[in-house]
Amino acid sequence: MSDLTAWPVLSGRNLRMALRGVDALLISLLLPVMLLLMFVYLFGGAIDTGTEYLTYAVPGVLIVCSGYGASLTAVSVAHDMTEGVVDRFRSMDVGGRALLGGHVTASTVRNLCSTAIVFAVAFAIGFRTDANAAQWLGALGILTAFIVAMSAFSAMMGLLAATPEAASGFTFFVLFLPYPSSAFVPVHTMPSWLHGFADNQPATPVIESVRSLLLSQPTGDRPWTALAWCTGILLLSLAASGPLFHRRTR
Amino acid sequence: MSDEPAIEAVGLRKTYGPATVLDGIDLRVPKGSVFALLGPNGAGKTTTVRILATLTRPDGGSARVAGHDVVTQARQVRRAISLTGQYAAVDELQTGTENLRMMARLRRLPRARARERAAELLERFELTEAGGRRVAGYSGGMRRRLDLACGLVTDPEVIFLDEPTTGLDPRSRRAMWDLVAELAAGGVTVLLTTQYLEEADRLADRIALLDNGRIVAEGTATELKEQVNASRLDLTMTDAPTFDAAAHALRDRVIYLDSTRRVLGVSTDGSAAHIRALLDEIDPTRTTVERFAVRDTTLDDVFLALTGQIKETTGV
Repeated sequence: MSDLTAWPVLSGRNLRMALRGVDALLISLLLPVMLLLMFVYLFGGAIDTGTEYLTYAVPGVLIVCSGYGASLTAVSVAHDMTEGVVDRFRSMDVGGRALLGGHVTASTVRNLCSTAIVFAVAFAIGFRTDANAAQWLGALGILTAFIVAMSAFSAMMGLLAATPEAASGFTFFVLFLPYPSSAFVPVHTMPSWLHGFADNQPATPVIESVRSLLLSQPTGDRPWTALAWCTGILLLSLAASGPLFHRRTR
Repeated sequence: MSDEPAIEAVGLRKTYGPATVLDGIDLRVPKGSVFALLGPNGAGKTTTVRILATLTRPDGGSARVAGHDVVTQARQVRRAISLTGQYAAVDELQTGTENLRMMARLRRLPRARARERAAELLERFELTEAGGRRVAGYSGGMRRRLDLACGLVTDPEVIFLDEPTTGLDPRSRRAMWDLVAELAAGGVTVLLTTQYLEEADRLADRIALLDNGRIVAEGTATELKEQVNASRLDLTMTDAPTFDAAAHALRDRVIYLDSTRRVLGVSTDGSAAHIRALLDEIDPTRTTVERFAVRDTTLDDVFLALTGQIKETTGV
């Protein structure tokens, strides 16, 4: 019961702090803009995807930004775990569920804003879509599922990391995870040994689903694969977080 | 019921892997008193506080705080206590007001009441002006005051202060002492841990000396001082080699050591005969002791005598 009162209070806290942390704010605002401009204007000319490159790259940028943005949750969780804040909360009967729930909620809100910025910039430089309302909803739903799953996974990594510095190493990994996928170049242009990973890693079905939905193309069963990945990651993270939190607060 | 102590612990034990951190701790803290757990780093002070504040489960023994068992009734205990840890657990990126309001909301005060309470506490802890600023810009003393205020949003019955003045400058330390004394005057039970004997001496009604997970002595400051000789003989040696030689020869009897000034102190009853005997023993040739002084025993001396631990004095 007490978790339910504490959760919104802590979500507000984390959101407020994220807005004030210079790093997180710059990443949420600038990274989307820079990535989009970089891929479209610097690399885009040399990449042949068979479509307008801007259209191809938008889902990739969305995933890189929201994935990386979500991974910053690991740093803030690790920070809370090492700074004694968690002890105070626990001595007030505010447990791990409320604390982590607050982090995941704040991260989700923050990254949805980041997603809105990507779309705004994309539209400003010429991105157009024929997607209908249902397709838009589908794309946003999958993006949200991805953000929630990555935030929960990152919160778990934050519990696993001994220090905030170690947690920030993890964010670096997440930043590059989407590159060996169809995010920016078609997988068939990569060396063949990479195909297995690129085709089957979680970022690929998410990106492919969002791309198909936004371009109003048939999606096949990709959205279900994407949602299955997100659900799996979310459940695994939730299941592992309990014992990890317990271990850190013995 | 009213004579039930605020804190009662029996045989608390805790091990982390092969290390025994607490080796049977018994405590009894009457309601409305201030109790100090005094000991060096690693003595088990923080672990004791963590167990009493329900953050860590003991491996053995039991404890009741504010009438509730810390393991089986943790929730009731948490409602009655406040914990201010060793590190100021306030958010740097939030303002003082925001930190306090958040704590009040987490303690389930309604929004309007939380706002009022935050303002009251800022006023009481002389932080009203700083309330709108982010904590990142606060001094160490301001942070500790805010930290303490965060623990008081609902009026707790028992307050745990884990090294409340470690790292503070002397002025902030005194301000903190005044606050603790004020709390105690208001009838709250306070259990504090400290490495500073002066702090325990000043604030606490009773003191327990903790060393290697055991309580080696307990009592009022006066009672503890009576356990060792009343005076200390300080000897200033002529040079480093004679200082080292004397320190080596006296070994466990040294209760004060300051190598930069080449001073070592030994316990004495203060009589001329005993001092003469000590001087003859240490300096039979009458060349190695430059000066001597006889001082009253401090709690520091008691502590060193009882724990058998000699810590290099850093001239605090």
